[in-house]
Amino acid sequence: MIRIVFAIMLMLFNVEAAHAVLPSEMLTNPVQEARARSISSNLRCLVCQNQTIDDSSADLARDLRLIVRERIVAGDGDGQVMDYVVARYGNYVLLKPPFQMDTALLWLLPFAALILALAVAYATLRGRPVLDDADEPNDILKG
Amino acid sequence: MGGVLVIGLNHDPRVMPSTLLGAPLPAFDLPALDEAQPNIKSASMKGGFTLLNVWGSWCVSCREEHPLLMKLSKDKRFKLVGIDWRDTKAHADDYLLTNGNPYAAIGTDQGGRTVIDLGVSGAPETFVVDNTGTVRLRVPGPLTPEIWAKDIEPLLKDQGPAS
Repeated sequence: MIRIVFAIMLMLFNVEAAHAVLPSEMLTNPVQEARARSISSNLRCLVCQNQTIDDSSADLARDLRLIVRERIVAGDGDGQVMDYVVARYGNYVLLKPPFQMDTALLWLLPFAALILALAVAYATLRGRPVLDDADEPNDILKG
Repeated sequence: MGGVLVIGLNHDPRVMPSTLLGAPLPAFDLPALDEAQPNIKSASMKGGFTLLNVWGSWCVSCREEHPLLMKLSKDKRFKLVGIDWRDTKAHADDYLLTNGNPYAAIGTDQGGRTVIDLGVSGAPETFVVDNTGTVRLRVPGPLTPEIWAKDIEPLLKDQGPAS
């Protein structure tokens, strides 16, 4: 039984993410390659939208991966590589949109919703009369 | 908050704003599909309106807009320039032979570098470039007579008849 549970756990948690990076694309310098991988996994594949360019086997994603590596080899910092792609495709390619004027609503709305909910909960709960013992339903059952 | 969510429903997430609107066309220098012709350069797209159309023989929706492109090729107010993206010459030639060639000039972008500079995410995609070399409009997806009448025709009227 333990073995079966263990096998199921393995299946659930040991699934390797499918990466589309071909060996031929990889940089020989492992530090640079690691940077390329981390940058690529923050860039959206524009053809498939819910995949990163690191995960996608689309031609356009591959072209973008090559550009990321080219910029790294050319000496760009991670931020500069991101900027290079953002300059062409806009913030849209970033899987984590930056906090700025046009994304303020996106970032702040969840907090606003939380504060609103807490305020409503507080107002509602505070206004409710405290139940006294005699009204408890259990008393009715006890008869 | 509901209002914000409703706006979200009406927004097509596949249509992305272009970073190029109102900006100069990125520089490019592409070999012509017909090797006998000179390279297609962004610098040459001044002095008149250009319709820059990214296509490929592999692109299904390009076939959809092709009849409209054929019609537009007779319009003298602009030059229709094609960028053949990730294609082979044999396939591209075959496509143009079968469907007709609406382009005044065609550049090829095998590596997709220029197409990425243009921020293109899929073919077909069309850019309206004005006489100063500024990108005035980006149309992702096939051109339709509706888009033409609503968005492009007014831009051309702005400019008046080109010489």
